[in-house]
Parts: sequence; structure tokens; C-alpha cells
Amino acid sequence: MLHRRRLLAATTALTLGAALLPLGAFAQDDGPIRIGHLTPRTGFLGPLGEYAVMAADLAVEEINAAGGVNGRMIEIIKEDSVNPQTASTKAERMIERDEVVAIVGEISSASALTISQVADRAQRPFINTGANSDTLRGSDCKRYMFHVETQNAMYVNAEGQYLQNEGLVDGKNWYLLTADYAFGHDLLNAAKAFLDRSNGNIAGDDLVPTDATDFSSYLLKVREAKPDVVVSNLAGTQITSFLKQYTEFGLDAPVGGFGFDTASAWAAGGENFKGTWPTVWTHQVDTERSQAFVKAFTDKYGKPPENQAFGDYTAMYILKQAIEAVGTDGEALVGYLENPENTFDVMKSRPAYFNPKNHQLMQEVYTITALPPGEQQNQWDIFTTSAPVPAPDQPLETLIEAAVGGECSFGG
Amino acid sequence: MNLFLFAAQLLNGLLDGFYYLLIALGLSLIFSLGGIVNLAHGAFYALGAYLAFLLTPYLGFFPVLVIVPLLVAGLGMVTERLLFTRFYKADPLYSLLLTFGLAMVIEQALRWYFGASPQAYSMPSVLTGQVFLGDFVYSRYRLFQIAVAIAVVAAVWVLLNRTAFGRIVRAGIQNPDILGAMGISLRPYLSAVAGIGIGLAGLAGVLMAPIYPVHPAMGAEILTAAFVVVVIGGLGSFWGVVVAALLVGLVKGFMIAIGQSAMSMAAIYLLMFVVLLLRPRGLMGERILRFE
Repeated sequence: MLHRRRLLAATTALTLGAALLPLGAFAQDDGPIRIGHLTPRTGFLGPLGEYAVMAADLAVEEINAAGGVNGRMIEIIKEDSVNPQTASTKAERMIERDEVVAIVGEISSASALTISQVADRAQRPFINTGANSDTLRGSDCKRYMFHVETQNAMYVNAEGQYLQNEGLVDGKNWYLLTADYAFGHDLLNAAKAFLDRSNGNIAGDDLVPTDATDFSSYLLKVREAKPDVVVSNLAGTQITSFLKQYTEFGLDAPVGGFGFDTASAWAAGGENFKGTWPTVWTHQVDTERSQAFVKAFTDKYGKPPENQAFGDYTAMYILKQAIEAVGTDGEALVGYLENPENTFDVMKSRPAYFNPKNHQLMQEVYTITALPPGEQQNQWDIFTTSAPVPAPDQPLETLIEAAVGGECSFGG
Repeated sequence: MNLFLFAAQLLNGLLDGFYYLLIALGLSLIFSLGGIVNLAHGAFYALGAYLAFLLTPYLGFFPVLVIVPLLVAGLGMVTERLLFTRFYKADPLYSLLLTFGLAMVIEQALRWYFGASPQAYSMPSVLTGQVFLGDFVYSRYRLFQIAVAIAVVAAVWVLLNRTAFGRIVRAGIQNPDILGAMGISLRPYLSAVAGIGIGLAGLAGVLMAPIYPVHPAMGAEILTAAFVVVVIGGLGSFWGVVVAALLVGLVKGFMIAIGQSAMSMAAIYLLMFVVLLLRPRGLMGERILRFE
């Protein structure tokens, strides 16, 4: 009796399992769409990575609340990319084990390169949201890599235009401080090329190790060189260190930079922040979509989004639009994204599109200028944001003139 | 190269060495007496900076400069009582794992509570501005900072070399067993030294907050260089740590002065390498039997 009952139970279990099996096989198409999010969350880029994660979470939450993508929810798998080696390993694991349809994120140009190699091999799109290096859009470009973050050349052109208007380029002496890694080197080349063609001179030029926090030695050299402009090609918390100590040492030459994050300005504080800097976006960009994003972000996290948040938020929506149009197949996604006819609302005054030649998102950029301490409203609005660059009557292509990263051939 | 500028750079390098000194001195004291390699030392430095950030709006900078190091020292003594005591006799590997874990817990707690973004912290307005010594221009705040550091380091020296307390600590470093045989318990001294060492890290945190970014990973940033200083200086030697810290600052400043800034951090490690080759115990390291 017992025997048979057990047999019965076993059979029931078996059939039940068999009945469930096809369900499991079908689940692939109704289940969530997995997207990998990989960005540095520790180290000198960690503060920016935190904004990236908050923005990606917010975008996914909004998309899912609005019914998902073609009725399927998005599931985001988040990891700290740490360094180029770890980034590559984690990208591989996301693709092999978690079967993500795309990877979004990164800030370090060195890590973006290793992720793009993995993504290209596995034929899954990688949307870079924070790495600026021109070579990623030039000799190191990949067919499966797309760039929402603007490239160094675009920042150099935007900032350069501003400095030219201020009469700080032609025949003037610049002192350049540069972060000693891929991003900084690339930016230094772009800056030197700009000085060359605009008739500016170099008064001094130092590479700064990324783990250096003390700028006193550099500032003594800057003082001695008496430059007309001090230009920073620094990154992450370095910019904050530099700004704090520039004020401390009482230097008064105008400051500017070619790479920037608003978080660095906020961290330096109102009385230390100075100069004019280029940026992909700020919380002051006055469009309806931007202000809706700023409100949603501020409501959720209690502080306004900085420009890195823009990158990851926008990338998620771009990916959503592409998957809705052509599904999750890697090749189809690349085809959709790289077609310049397909434009994307990136919360600015004109729509953006990917340059088919190197997959750079062509979009407006801005410059921000520090407000004197007396005119600052609060701890966030310590600067003003310019009108979009280029001006409305000029094509977006003017921004990528004279990029120095080499030719992109997509490995062909 | 302008000779004057070169001299200014070397002087600045020496002054920069004080940045390492406060951290390295505590690290060296705790290791010499208890044999604990405190990888959480940088995290306590970060805690000092964050406490300064929290308390300055209520108390002002100068009270904070006194209170926060004492708070951090208290935390250090609690940590010693609850955690370090269990590992004095164990394989050093365990205490290494313990303090490594502790460092991560503190750093992540700061990240969780304050966020990863650096906090804006400005120097008190009385200390802003520059001091002009002939052609040499220097930050007034840094001169103040160095004066505080020299005073504190001198106080630690007096404590170690001119008091009964210091005599027992020095004896404990050399030979804890004989000290035990003479009926002196090291336990309260171990706690006190952990408090002093970690308090120094807290003080460094307060002093650095106005000029460096206050962020959760700031401790990890300084820790490696502080270890280099301890290794170069040699264990058990007060002056070894002082000389090593100044030497490290000097080498760094020199590299930047001659235009090799990219190598400025690497040069510190090269210096350590050379010192270890020529003097495996460090510049002024004493022969301590139990560490040989």
C-alpha cells in the first residue's frame, strides 16, 4: 500500500515536472529582459559611478512602471567594474551566465576598451555612458560599442570656443595638468592639437598620477610659470583636490578644463569652484524632459542628478527604444542604433543620433561657469549653464572637427 | 631650472612629508607593540574627516580639531578591546584579515550613509590666504597644519621617551615576555597605544579635510604610502618614521620639480626597494627578536 502510494507520488511529481518543463522553455520570451550595468563604484571614479547606478535604477523603474519593453520587464544586473581586467571578466560573466542583451555603463576609458572587446566578440551591444577617450571612437572603435558620453574632441571644441571668445587662446600661454592614464593622455593630445591650430602656447605641462591627492608641488610650478590660463585634463576626485588647493594657494589665472563632472564642482564647494568647464548635460538644462528627470531623480534620492546620471539614464531609454523597434538580437540592435535616421530624445533642444562612422551619439553639449560665492542660490546651483553648443543654426558635426583618436574602421 | 624654484619644491616636499607622518607614526606604534598590521588605519583617517564634516557646522573648526581626534581615539580603544586583543597571540595573517575586513566595513558604512560623492568641506576663514616669505609663497593653512603636526609628534616623543608610560611601552616593544615576568601587564598599554595611534589618524583626517576631497575611499588612498613610510623607517624607531616620512615627501617633490611627475609616486616605491635591499630592517629599524 505504502509502496504504491509512494510510486503514485513519484509519478505525480514527474509529470508535474514534465508539465512545467515547456513553461520553462517559453519563459525566455515572456521573462524579463536582462541588461548588464557595469561601472566603477570604488576608487577615484566611484563617486561618479554612484550617480550612474542611481540613474540606471531610476530609468529601469520608470520603464517597468510604464509597462516594460513590449510587455516585458527589464531586469538590471549591476556590478562594480573596478579596473580593466575585472571589468572584462565581469562583462564576460554577464553575457555568458546572466545572458544580458546589452551592457550599459563605464566611466574609465581603459575599462571601456576591455568591455568593448568582450562585447564585440559576443556580439552584444555595449553602450558607453562615461568614457571620453577619442581613441575609443577612433583606432579602438568597435562595431558593438556605442557612445552616449561625448568624446574628448567635442569637449575640447566646446571649451575651446568659449576660451577663444574670451581671448584666452591666440598668443596666450597655457599650463596643462593631465591625469596620467588613457583618458588624460588622449585629452592632452586633443588639447595640444587645439593649441597648435589656434596659435596658443604651452607654458608648462605635467602628468599627475591618478592616486595623487596633493597638488602643492604642481601649484608652485604653475605660479612660477605665470600662465595666462590653467587648464585641467584631470579626472574624478583629482579635479576636486585641484580646485580646493588652487584656491588655497591663491592662484588667480583663469581656470578651465576639457574634462569635467559637476560632482567635482559640488565636492569642491561654492567658495573653491571657479572657471568655465564643458559638460554633456547639467541639472540646469532647461527642457521639459530634463526638468522632469531632475524632479524624479531629486524626489527619489534627495539631491539633483549630475552629468554622469544623464549618461546612464539616457542610455537605458535609447536601449528601450531600440529593443521595442527590433527586439533583443545583437546584430539587429546595432543595425537600428547606427542608422542616423533613427533619432533619440536625449532631453535636449534637438534630438540626437549615432554617427554611423564611429557610433558616437551626436548631441548638443554645454559649458558651465562658476558663480561668485555671493550669487550662489544653494549648494547645487553654484554655476550657470550655457545655451546649447553648437548654436541652433550650426550642425552638430562641428563638434567633432579635428578629433585626434585615429581612423575608425570597425575592425574591417 | 630655476634654483630658487627647485629649493622651494624641496621645502614643499619636506612639508608634504608631514601628511604621511601622522598616519605612519600610529601605524608603526600599533605594529611595534602589538604586532598588529592595522589595515583599517586609513579607514579611521577617513572617519576623522567625516566626523569633522559632521560636527564643524555645530562646533566650529578649532573645537573639532580637538574633539574629533579624541572621539576617534576612543573608537580605536574600543576596537582594540573588542577585536585586536583576540589576535595578539595568533598568526599575524589573521589580524591582517581582521583589519582588512574592518577597513572595508568602515569604508562601505561611510559610502552607505554619506554616499560615494565627496563632501564639500572648507577651511576656516582665519586660515585662508597665503604667507609670503620673500619669493616663496605658501598656504597659511598648511603652515598651521604643519605646526599642529610638529606639536603633536613632539608630544608623542615626550610621552614615549620621558615618561614612565613610555618606558614600559618601549620595553614592551623590545621584550613583552620579560615585562610580563616582572609583573607588568601590557594590556592597558596596548589599549592606550591603539588609542594614540588611531587618534593620530583621526587628527590627520581633520587636518586634511579642508584641502583634500572628503570621500569614503580617502583612507585607502593614503594607506599604501603610509606603509611605505613605516617600512622605510624601520620598526620600533620613532625617528626612523619621522625621517622616512620627510624623505618620501622630499623624493616626491624632487620628481615633480625635475618634470618627472608621472614617476613621482613610483619613485616612492623605488626608494623603499632600495632601502630594503641595503637595510632590510629599514633606515633606523631596531633589532626586535620576535619579528626577526
